Amino acid sequence: MNQKKEPPRLMKGNEALAEAALRAGLQAYFGYPITPQSEILEYLTEHGAKRGAVVLQAESELAAINMVYGAAGAGARAMTSSSSPGISLMQEGLSYMTSAQLPCLVVNVSRGGPGLGTIQPAQSDYFQATKGGGHGDYHLIVLAPSSVQEMADFVFDAFRLSEKYRNPAMILADGALGQMMEKVSLPAEGSLPPGDKPWATVGKPASRERNIITSLFIEPERMEEVNLHLQKKYHEIQQEVRYEEIETNDAEILLVAFGLAARIAQKAVELAREKGIKAGLLRPITLYPFPSQIISSLSRKVISFLVVEMNAGQMVEDVRLAVAGGRPVAFKGRMGGMIPSPEEVLEEIESIAESYRIPAV
Amino acid sequence: MHQAHEMIVSGFGGQGVLSLGQILSYGAMIEGKEVSWMPSYGPEMRGGTANCTVIVSESRISSPIVSRFDSAVILNQPSLEKFEGSVKPGGMLFFEESAMIRPPKRTDIEVLGVPALQEAVKLGKKQVANMVMLGAFLQRCPLVQSESILEALKGVLPERHHHLLPLNKQALMAGIEFAFRRERSSKRTLAGPGTGIPVERHN
Repeated sequence: MNQKKEPPRLMKGNEALAEAALRAGLQAYFGYPITPQSEILEYLTEHGAKRGAVVLQAESELAAINMVYGAAGAGARAMTSSSSPGISLMQEGLSYMTSAQLPCLVVNVSRGGPGLGTIQPAQSDYFQATKGGGHGDYHLIVLAPSSVQEMADFVFDAFRLSEKYRNPAMILADGALGQMMEKVSLPAEGSLPPGDKPWATVGKPASRERNIITSLFIEPERMEEVNLHLQKKYHEIQQEVRYEEIETNDAEILLVAFGLAARIAQKAVELAREKGIKAGLLRPITLYPFPSQIISSLSRKVISFLVVEMNAGQMVEDVRLAVAGGRPVAFKGRMGGMIPSPEEVLEEIESIAESYRIPAV
Repeated sequence: MHQAHEMIVSGFGGQGVLSLGQILSYGAMIEGKEVSWMPSYGPEMRGGTANCTVIVSESRISSPIVSRFDSAVILNQPSLEKFEGSVKPGGMLFFEESAMIRPPKRTDIEVLGVPALQEAVKLGKKQVANMVMLGAFLQRCPLVQSESILEALKGVLPERHHHLLPLNKQALMAGIEFAFRRERSSKRTLAGPGTGIPVERHN
């Protein structure tokens, strides 16, 4: 994609994401306020209508996702955003939309749980985001930004992927990424043209059969066919995997972390390198599809893994599946809205280095 | 300049803590530097202690969250209790003089009390105390040129408040001048060890 960039701006993650959505040709937004993502709704309410988007504060998250369902069915580029408890309320709608094969963007600026929880940042919605979340055999396409720049850029990627595969896509951020300000170069307006949507229910011309959008397939034979088609699609989606490697070339201890935790892990890698410990970082950018292959191939080069998350240990399960017992996989996490400090992560790296007697240079 | 400068700005909500950090970040961005501004958000903003972490760097910033700081700008007593111990040895601590019953105790860092509120009242608007503080900070720790700060103010202040730009500039200059005068007097009289007061200008 050829995205021309204008001079950088200093923006909050939530605002950058909302502005990027308008530039990506957003046609319909439905949402309900919840900290720490309310700036998305606020920004779109202020700027959306002037720029041709329908922006509506729904009466609940259930209503919002079902409005997105309707708008997507009519072929609109549609999105919603919320934070953890609100995203839980949307799971039924997301399950329906994957079955009905409709594209949309869902943004989760997640916070600590379970329950109503806290408004502080957390990554404890990883399972929900990557394993389906609602009922039935499905996945969302999940992108995990780790900077304000990526909060903006991934809106384009998420719309593009969700429309290519006719499957909802999620941007899984967290409260810190939503609230913090960084320099951001916004992608140019109009760089994501609307694609063909011959399946959309926009009125039947004489030239074709009726388009039907449904998630109800009452005969099991038909339901299995739909499932086989979805599975084929998820297989194809594996080619969209993205990740970033930092100092992995000669790494002996490989950290794996996504989103904000990856930024903290990167700092810990820098601190470890200053102490002569060969640490590196693999940052999954797509959480679904998960970068299993690269983790598997790196497992043949490194001595040990350390997964860092802002939860009780969720992505670590996918890392262990990829490593398949070939190397030890340690875990460092903080929960409930607490954020691990780079120094805390460094301590873990040092204790692993100590236990394997990796000599300091 | 050190490759990255990591600082905390902390005080009560309404003291201009978050905007101080934001104006500094914006100014650094204008100069082509990498910046991150991480606010505390939530219940503490509504009447309690508010703070933001600002990082200014010549290269890509890894963690926007740090627990040790090169400098701290402290506008109230609870923030001092919370962050005095988190300043790295050799770092700097600026505090609002009128807000402290118990002043900082550290002797392994540079400490500068600034009568920011008093200077702002002299200018006729106590809301610009944060700019006085920013001026004093920049005099001691020249991360960003004051021209860039003035440019940043235009970007951060909504246009309906642009008539306040000259006042903000005066406040910034008052802070710069205060820190400059303090440096000169400390050079003359306090060149001995253990005073905790620096004798050299950084720029």
